[in-house]
Amino acid sequence: MIGSVGPGLMGFITIFVLAAFVGYEVVSKVPSILHTPLMSGSNAIHGIILVGTMLVLGQAHGAAQLTLGFLAVVLATLNVVGGFVVTDRMLEMFKAKPTERPAPQNPQGPDTSSGPPGGGAKQ
Amino acid sequence: MSRATATDLVYLIAIVGFIFALIGLSSPKHARRGNQIGALGMLLAVGWTFSLPAVYGSTRNLVLIVVAVVIGTAIGVPAARFVKMTAMPQMVAVFNGVGGGAAALVSVTEFISLGHGSIAIYKIVEILFGVLVGSVSFSGSAIAFAKLQELMTGRPVTYPAQQPINAVVGLGILTLLLVTIVTANTAVLVVVLLLSLVLGVIFVLPIGGADVPVLISLLNAFTGLAVAASGFTINSNLLIVAGTLVGASGTLLTRMMSAAMGRSLPNILFSAFGSVITATGGEGGDPSRSVRSGTPEDIGVLLAYARRVAIIPGYGLAVAQGQHAARELAEALEARGVEVYYAIHPVAGRMPGHMNVLLAEANVPYEELEEMDQANSELPTTDVALVVGANDTVNPAAQNTPGSPIYGMPIIHADDAANVVFLKRSMRPGFAGIDNELLYGEKTTMLFGDAKDTLVKLVAAVKSA
Repeated sequence: MIGSVGPGLMGFITIFVLAAFVGYEVVSKVPSILHTPLMSGSNAIHGIILVGTMLVLGQAHGAAQLTLGFLAVVLATLNVVGGFVVTDRMLEMFKAKPTERPAPQNPQGPDTSSGPPGGGAKQ
Repeated sequence: MSRATATDLVYLIAIVGFIFALIGLSSPKHARRGNQIGALGMLLAVGWTFSLPAVYGSTRNLVLIVVAVVIGTAIGVPAARFVKMTAMPQMVAVFNGVGGGAAALVSVTEFISLGHGSIAIYKIVEILFGVLVGSVSFSGSAIAFAKLQELMTGRPVTYPAQQPINAVVGLGILTLLLVTIVTANTAVLVVVLLLSLVLGVIFVLPIGGADVPVLISLLNAFTGLAVAASGFTINSNLLIVAGTLVGASGTLLTRMMSAAMGRSLPNILFSAFGSVITATGGEGGDPSRSVRSGTPEDIGVLLAYARRVAIIPGYGLAVAQGQHAARELAEALEARGVEVYYAIHPVAGRMPGHMNVLLAEANVPYEELEEMDQANSELPTTDVALVVGANDTVNPAAQNTPGSPIYGMPIIHADDAANVVFLKRSMRPGFAGIDNELLYGEKTTMLFGDAKDTLVKLVAAVKSA
């Protein structure tokens, strides 16, 4: 059985193990004040399944595969978009001390389509 | 450069972006930037994927993909933008669940398209893992959502023959997994999928509302692993790495949260099974004991002439929407030269770190938010500990009453401060349903009422003191 694994499998397993260590290391440095954004931020990252769903639906044949694939892309998109937007909204609120006016300015960088600026800071 | 190499390179860049997103979370200063880099990586990966022949090869399928992405975006963006911060935990549960569902569907669809007979055994194992874990995450998250949204009771749900039913479902899945490996039959795989959904439901039902945040963190890790399994199935490094990063981070976060509650993960997940939870004195306080209650004016004077005040918030503060009033009180005190800090228990709120988000929403600067250990070292030199809507997280029973359900949970030592003031609706016990000795303490004063109203009165009292 072991001898019958595909040629790439061992490589994938290596990557899997290394990624597990990276994830553990990086996340152990996150302070508890940011645990909720961590949960929703990592949540957004597993939305990468969207790429998988696109590849699967792209090559789907027949009603069963097309239906399942379509549903998968909808769900995965929800995961990605919702995850990043919610995280951005939360992190936008974490401000340092000298904040007289809570203006949702974002001078420092490229915004992305999935993280609209000035997310609903409605009180 | 061949297209395949270019694809690998783009996906590698996306992976680096995701790692930066996680690194950014090590400080509130650059957390948002990190998340945006992660989103950019995601956009890049998804955008590039549209350029692959596998995706645009069939026009019909491409149209379906675009329509599905548009639908997902049209639902996801408004939902994410307009959800209230107090409802954040259930929103995260939803976004997590759909990811798990997508991973399970990828595995099933890939199984169907690989056809019968020729699938290698390790491939079937990968697919089965993705289906099982992804489905459990999907239905489990749905029940977690229902509990947090209060669509159903937050109490642990128990029913007759619970354990035999669990055993039957578990054994059934195990058997069918083996059958699928041997026969590679699609119908059997679909039954595995359905039974896994059932498993997710019966796994989450007995978990109490207070423990659901730990569960969501665990399900987050599950979805990550299901995504990694899908990555193995469709030979994608990108999915393997991203899924594994989340799997590892979710596992670690789950462990940290159980530690913060002083309980083991099995105890959190399975404590409702078979054991009768005996809440000692859970009827709403012992009427024969007296408590000292004060007026807002008394407390206002006490606060105004203190040197150092710790505000210890709990979910009750968020329920009363009193975060802004709490900040106003802190500002009024600071204007008088009183040093104010917030002592935050790691599991205050409905999610780890939830209280920090709720206070950040009320524009409390994050420098004033102190983690439990730091706060505990400062409380002995603090004049007043103002406990707002919290209870179990300051209950000394966790330290000195073996046998108490929360025994062993690290707490904020409000009792170390010179004075303790509780803003509480009533003498009702907290989530854990146990009486709090501190309410009857010699240096404790109770201020009954809605947290927000009381805080507003306190602000006025401090200003006129």
